[in-house]
Amino acid sequence: MSSVHIRDVRKSFGNFEVLHGVTIPIEDGQFVVLVGPSGCGKSTLLRMLAGLENITSGTISIGERVVNNVQPKERDIAMVFQNYALYPHMTVADNMGFSLKLRSAGSDEINKRVKRAAEILALTPLLDRYPRQLSGGQRQRVAMGRAIVRDPQVFLFDEPLSNLDAKLRVAMRTEIKELHQRLKTTTVYVTHDQIEAMTMADKIVVMHDGIVEQMGTPLELYDKPENQFVAGFIGSPAMNFLKGHVRSNGVATFEGPNGVKLPLKTAPTASDGQPAVYGVRPEHFTIADDGAEAEIVVVEPTGSETQVFAKLGGEQVVAVFRERHQFNPGDKVRLKPDPSLVHLFDEGTGKRLNA
Amino acid sequence: MADVVVASQAKPQFREASAWDQLKYNRNWLGFWFMLPAMAFLIFFLAYPLGLGIWLSFTDTRIGRVGQFIGIENYQWLWDDAIFWLSVFNTLLYTIVASALKFAIGLYLALLLNENMPFKAMLRAMVLIPFIVPTVLSALAFWWIFDSQFSIISWSLKHLGLISQNINFLGDTTWARICVIFANIWRGVPFVAITLLAGLQTVSPSLYEAATLDGATRWQNFRYITYPLLTPIIAVVMTFSVLFTFTDFQLIWAMTRGGPVNATHLMATLSYQRAIIAGQLGEGAAISSAMIPFLLAAIMVSWFGLQRRKWQQGESND
Repeated sequence: MSSVHIRDVRKSFGNFEVLHGVTIPIEDGQFVVLVGPSGCGKSTLLRMLAGLENITSGTISIGERVVNNVQPKERDIAMVFQNYALYPHMTVADNMGFSLKLRSAGSDEINKRVKRAAEILALTPLLDRYPRQLSGGQRQRVAMGRAIVRDPQVFLFDEPLSNLDAKLRVAMRTEIKELHQRLKTTTVYVTHDQIEAMTMADKIVVMHDGIVEQMGTPLELYDKPENQFVAGFIGSPAMNFLKGHVRSNGVATFEGPNGVKLPLKTAPTASDGQPAVYGVRPEHFTIADDGAEAEIVVVEPTGSETQVFAKLGGEQVVAVFRERHQFNPGDKVRLKPDPSLVHLFDEGTGKRLNA
Repeated sequence: MADVVVASQAKPQFREASAWDQLKYNRNWLGFWFMLPAMAFLIFFLAYPLGLGIWLSFTDTRIGRVGQFIGIENYQWLWDDAIFWLSVFNTLLYTIVASALKFAIGLYLALLLNENMPFKAMLRAMVLIPFIVPTVLSALAFWWIFDSQFSIISWSLKHLGLISQNINFLGDTTWARICVIFANIWRGVPFVAITLLAGLQTVSPSLYEAATLDGATRWQNFRYITYPLLTPIIAVVMTFSVLFTFTDFQLIWAMTRGGPVNATHLMATLSYQRAIIAGQLGEGAAISSAMIPFLLAAIMVSWFGLQRRKWQQGESND
């Protein structure tokens, strides 16, 4: 195990720069998730960490050692690929023992370590099978087993769950997290699924267009997104954004679309009348007499909660209630955002305005 | 309740399908109709000539005279014929040496062409040239290259001062064998190279990445990933290569006609010489038929080589 430091790393393909100076400190034993939409550069960064792509500028160090020019096999890392990359002509046991075989470990040693990894992942009965004979989840576990057997400094996961069905994905998520708690190996995990990021990470790094938008614990990102992108990316259903103006004369309020008045706890460092974006998460609406009037469009009960799509000042917003209100499309309700939980962003830069 | 019973009895009777309807609509018969044209081709152009050839080998047919059945007399005759056995030896030598070298060079070229390099598409196209040129044309070119008087090789070596006399490429038994094998390799390599290249491109790059992270060197990547994954296609391509080489005729006939002193006579050329040039159709057919056991053996080897390997079996969950 060891720490990983990514310092001001840039990557260009020809003249096209895909990473514009990324700095990420990763502590020893941390589970870090790189999350972002497709094309944000997260997989490229992971492949640079693995040594499969060159580093255009900046440094990556594993432990104390700068690995920019270190061969992949000397980096002491193990990677789980999106398509698992299992060797189709080798049995599960051979797949898992391949790296040890290449390092000319004795067959006793290989057997011992493969067996131990197989026990951890409940693969023991499958050791003699070939990858074709396994289900998706089993292949996923073999790919992880191949990583575990090596006992590396760092685990790298490249969207490992995206080929699984929804139910299996949730199960494997828990399994990977449990595995990390057990082995405590530093892990870098790439995904585009913010729920995976939220549920598994010690630290989330939100990337977008080749830069780091924000990093922090899952709850930090949820409670205090630094900009509108992170606010919209983290959380499901996504945060509602309403454009309007800050009113800081007397009681601070926000004047939303079509003059809808929305509450603010304190006036931020913005002047009266400054254009801004008001962000409120669906789960932070309540029904209150002093709320803003909205017309219900669609009601989607999921059992544990109810998602309500409504028109607020002409804009569609989503609200989630755990209480079982009796709503019907066309009903008028008064939605009130919790003023202590609302977010305010600069309309131009998208930066957070309130503390 | 009674109504229901009555209703079911009143169901309209279906007309029995006539034999003609069955021929038109039955799936199995339909399949037969679709197969018919292909079957006709195979029967007229493959099965019939093969059968006729085997039949002729049991007769004393000559050109212009209907033969009589003479049992295995042709074969007994060949059994004691030193030239026949020389041609068997030549064919085996030719096939084994040429196929082995074609495989080695073809695999090397395929690996080379699979790398990223400038002008990749053009180089791949260029490799195919020997395959595209008509055999007789390339054989004529080789004939000139290896000519005893005007050989460009002899000329170059003389000018470099390495030899003082022309090499008698097609006049010396050893040289002649080397030359025809060389020409065959030159012609056969593109087929092997391009087919293996196609096979190489089906190997997922992430396997190499995974192996690289597992610590494999380039050689180990080839030894443990590329080669095992390529074995099915190697089996196919080498079967074809062996069959084509074993039955080769054009190249030899255009370059040496089996000479000098039968040193390059293959079974195919000898068969042609005896059957068509000398007119002994029965004997020529017997030589041709004697190739069948060898070809069957080659096919059997590939049959077992081609069988789905264990790792290819089982359900696919892709």
